[in-house]
Amino acid sequence: MRKTDRKVLLDSQGIERVLSRLTHEIIERNRGAENIVLVGVCSGGVPLSQAIREKIREIEGVEVPAGFVDITLYRDDLSKTVFQPQLKRTEIPFSIDERKVVLVDDVLFTGRTIRAAMDALIDLGRPRAIQLAVLIDRGHRELPIRADYVGRNVPTSWEETVDVRVEGDRSQWCVELNQIVSPKGE
Amino acid sequence: MEWRRRHVLGLSDFSPEEMEFVIDTARSMEEVLTRDIKKVPALRGKTVVNLFFESSTRTRTSFEIAGKRLSADVVNFTSSSSSTTKGETLLDTARNIESMKPNVLVVRHSASGAARFLSQHVGCSVINAGDGANEHPSQGLLDLYTILKAKGKIAGLKIAIVGDILHSRVVGSDLHSLGRMGAKLWLCGPATMVPKALEKTGARVTWNMREAVKDADVVMMLRIQSERTKSPWFPSIREYSRNFGLNRALFSLAKDDAIIMHPGPINRGVELSDELADCASSVVLDQVASGVAVRMALLYLLAGGSHAAH
Repeated sequence: MRKTDRKVLLDSQGIERVLSRLTHEIIERNRGAENIVLVGVCSGGVPLSQAIREKIREIEGVEVPAGFVDITLYRDDLSKTVFQPQLKRTEIPFSIDERKVVLVDDVLFTGRTIRAAMDALIDLGRPRAIQLAVLIDRGHRELPIRADYVGRNVPTSWEETVDVRVEGDRSQWCVELNQIVSPKGE
Repeated sequence: MEWRRRHVLGLSDFSPEEMEFVIDTARSMEEVLTRDIKKVPALRGKTVVNLFFESSTRTRTSFEIAGKRLSADVVNFTSSSSSTTKGETLLDTARNIESMKPNVLVVRHSASGAARFLSQHVGCSVINAGDGANEHPSQGLLDLYTILKAKGKIAGLKIAIVGDILHSRVVGSDLHSLGRMGAKLWLCGPATMVPKALEKTGARVTWNMREAVKDADVVMMLRIQSERTKSPWFPSIREYSRNFGLNRALFSLAKDDAIIMHPGPINRGVELSDELADCASSVVLDQVASGVAVRMALLYLLAGGSHAAH
């Protein structure tokens, strides 16, 4: 029997506070929100980018364009997966040319997803800059990629998983750290 | 759902869930086709071979573009320019091509079952692009997708299919795709080509165009094959056109928002009057566009992954 040790890293209130800070940092760094577009990485980054969009509206009174990108067709391990992963949608119904794109994802891990997302964005246009905002940075990078805005740095081991639940009602959102524990003798 | 197929040989054993999975994937592919740069790297380093023993421009081009949009290398092998004219057997041809390590063979052949036969003897994935009068699964899926886009649903729609039903591999697949999703199918054409026994498939059979078209949501006209017109199945082109061609007066019996489909190429003035072929109700060109997205979906689902590797 394998069992899982769970630890709550962020509850819904904690996520709200982190997102508020990230939003302020994004606005500060870009001296306002005028030229910003938000692009959530499917699936976890999408609700987070929507939440940041709402916060920008509250703080700056600006509606920033928001879209989302599915990176499946850009994965570097497609030919190694046994069966093809299910495609999700890419929907960026505005030009990203000369805009500052803030990519939003839930967890930054190896960096491969972000590499794929950047390739996908560059196929869609030529942004002035791409910045990266993540809720959790769990380390273990395999590519020279770093985030511009980090919600929480969480040192993890390979055996642990970071479980970000940001679907539906925002008062139920949470982030958990899970560790699979094998009892003795296994 | 997890996709577990290695081959797409026909829709006879496709579940509604599998068909929806392909359509969902095709929807994502369609977004790629709207971009300025209509290419994604998903199948980089993969090879798709179009192995066509029957002439076809549309289907072959559609598969070729689909493969290229996904960054696969696409090679065309057509019988007129190939060794089959020198007496090589189907299996020998396929084995020769297999030695060149393709990931997907897209096969069209005049014999029913040719694609299935090859799938049992080669190591790569096989897509049936039409085998005799049996099936043409990518057409069945793109018809499903086109109707879904136009109507938002399939269940409960009255869909009239008119023409040489008996010899049509398009119908062979559409009966599975549209029928299994709950459409009310009406098959119509000359009695020689639309035997009453086809009602075993669950479709209705009629030899009366007015009955078939009345209140239809979709009218699908099939191409009359020129070789068939010389056979005893067929009276004469003029008589066929008079009894089973679609014109404005007949089409007015269908629902106001009915659509006209045709797998192409159209014999203008035979199955479809000029006027209708170009009217706003015709989705013939949408079918062609949907075809690329559906074939991208099939290639993506089959060609990736280590199960397709040698």
